[in-house]
Amino acid sequence: MIYRLISQLGQSVRNWLEELGLAIRTLIAILLAGLGLWRRPRLVTTQIHFIGNYSLVIILVSGLFVGFVLAYQGYYTLNRYGSESALGLLVALSLARELGPVVTALLFAGRAGTSLTAEIGLMKAGEQLAAMEMMAVNPLQRVLAPRFIAGLIAMPILAALFTAMGVFGGYLVGVQLIGVDEGSFWSQMQGGVDLWEDIGNGIIKSIVFGFAATFIAIYQGYQAQPTPEGVSRATTRTVVLSSLMVLWLDFVLTALMFK
Amino acid sequence: MQNNKSLDFWVGLFVLLGAGAFVFLALRVGNMSSMSLSDSYTVSAKFDNIGGLKPRAPIKSAGVVVGRIGDITFDDHTFQAIVSMQMDARYKFPKDSSAKILTSGLLGEQYIGIEAGGDVNLLASGDKIKMTQSAIVLENLISQFLFSKAAEGKDDAK
Repeated sequence: MIYRLISQLGQSVRNWLEELGLAIRTLIAILLAGLGLWRRPRLVTTQIHFIGNYSLVIILVSGLFVGFVLAYQGYYTLNRYGSESALGLLVALSLARELGPVVTALLFAGRAGTSLTAEIGLMKAGEQLAAMEMMAVNPLQRVLAPRFIAGLIAMPILAALFTAMGVFGGYLVGVQLIGVDEGSFWSQMQGGVDLWEDIGNGIIKSIVFGFAATFIAIYQGYQAQPTPEGVSRATTRTVVLSSLMVLWLDFVLTALMFK
Repeated sequence: MQNNKSLDFWVGLFVLLGAGAFVFLALRVGNMSSMSLSDSYTVSAKFDNIGGLKPRAPIKSAGVVVGRIGDITFDDHTFQAIVSMQMDARYKFPKDSSAKILTSGLLGEQYIGIEAGGDVNLLASGDKIKMTQSAIVLENLISQFLFSKAAEGKDDAK
């Protein structure tokens, strides 16, 4: 009984290590394959268009509404202490430091990550990847690497747009609707938000999240069972894994950056 | 080919939008516009107590930001805090100017206020501001108030 439990534990650790090793090997192979892409930038721009431009609407609208809600809730709390002039600071800090990168990464995993997984998984199920290899085209370089690099580029841009849109939403509700003084809204924000400490760290976070979310998406697609069921399972796993990964990485990065 | 051109346009627009958002965050939300001190000279001052003064807090004179605080260190010979101040090179102050630690608003951040003196010589890089006034610590203020009340009470009893 105990013998079986221990050997099960050993097996799961071994499986986990094997999975991790495979993932890291794939990552290195993708990065190496990506080096050759500077000669064919069109492959990457097509993917930026697919990942970035098509995610734009959902990111901008979510940013706007998160800004609206932050302004309302922030005003509700700050008003009790008579310091509603700090509303701009509250909205900007919470967006730049936390909500911008995290919510964008979660939406990114849901919007772009799933479609990447499904696309690559279906290519695998339809044996298109195998056909490419037959024609001496490296699918890592032709299919995976452009998507990975496009995700790395698109994610920080999307996060910055989300944050900017959220601040604008906070301004609309806070200043135009509730009537917080416009001057103190902006000046407290500028006085309290540090370029490197707050905005810079937010950008670092969004780059790390983009790396994690995109890699999980394409890896899950690449390793999917080549059946309809396998692709659907891989897509689900992409959302679950990358959301958990983003939240965990967020905790680690915040703890490291916190002084 | 036409299709590729329009795709390039949209991707370019996306990247431009992103760059615009970064600039907006840096200039409008962050403090890039107020911290870009291209030329500055550093002067230092010793304070008995700096209260809650933080590095990169503003230095103001007549309410206008004229510099930023560099780093704050402790001198274990005089047991005072040494504050280095990066002053905007556009603004010159007399050598006998005085520095005070002030608070903006009731709960606001602390900053250094500079009051100009009457010397003809100007502060230069590496100079020290001699006349300083420490931050007002609420506990000291209350204890002073209590002591003076207690002293009054003793006088009344006589």
